[in-house]
Amino acid sequence: MANNNIGPKRLVVGAGYGMRDWLAQRVTAILMAIYTVVLLVLFLTSSESSYVAWSGIFAMQWFKLLTFAVVVALLYHVWIGMRDVWMDYVTHSVVLRLVFQVATIVWLVACAGYAAQILWRV
Amino acid sequence: MSEVVKNKKRFGVMRLSDAVFGGYRLPLAGFVSILHRISGMLMCLLLPFALYLLDQSLRSEVSFAMLHLFFASIPVKLVVLALVWAYLHHFSAGIRHLLMDFHIGLDKDSGRQSAVAVLFVSLGLTALVALKLFGVF
Repeated sequence: MANNNIGPKRLVVGAGYGMRDWLAQRVTAILMAIYTVVLLVLFLTSSESSYVAWSGIFAMQWFKLLTFAVVVALLYHVWIGMRDVWMDYVTHSVVLRLVFQVATIVWLVACAGYAAQILWRV
Repeated sequence: MSEVVKNKKRFGVMRLSDAVFGGYRLPLAGFVSILHRISGMLMCLLLPFALYLLDQSLRSEVSFAMLHLFFASIPVKLVVLALVWAYLHHFSAGIRHLLMDFHIGLDKDSGRQSAVAVLFVSLGLTALVALKLFGVF
């Protein structure tokens, strides 16, 4: 088992390498769906005025950390999705596809930074 | 080398652009599928805008109140509505995907029915939000 996947026998194609991303996209989706429900329930069951209730939710440390985890999940989810789109439609130029993929990563990492700034200012 | 067994003759290359330009009619499930992609790309593009709204809603009581003024402008309403539609469609089409991953509703008829359900839910809820946003209730 150990030495049948090295050298020329190494498996470099097939469904194996896409499985991780496929699964990650599903897991992150479920996490974000649960987060949406948690946020809605917390806000709608609050008895205080809109701003106090809203900022109160985000002032809690556990909710900040959960939100940040969801932002990272979102980043990974969007990366997989956008990468799929570029792979499907930008097929004539590898360079152009790479440019789009790099731009997507920069865009998403910058957004994650903005999200962190918003969260820890509350 | 074994011979490749050929299935019945295909229509040729069925690219998405052919459906757009009238080569063949995109089935409803195909519609939901491409809208899933479009809504995903739209949300990726509008992510900084969504974060800006979150920023303003959390910064202070004043900036929270200012959002009402910000939302009064028609273009802002429309962008927010596009974002709401994208989220609702992506959410419900995503649930459909997850069910199919668990082998629920894989056949042609239920695939069509669930596609109709996704459009019904996402467009219905978007319409509700639109009515709320434009102050009908």
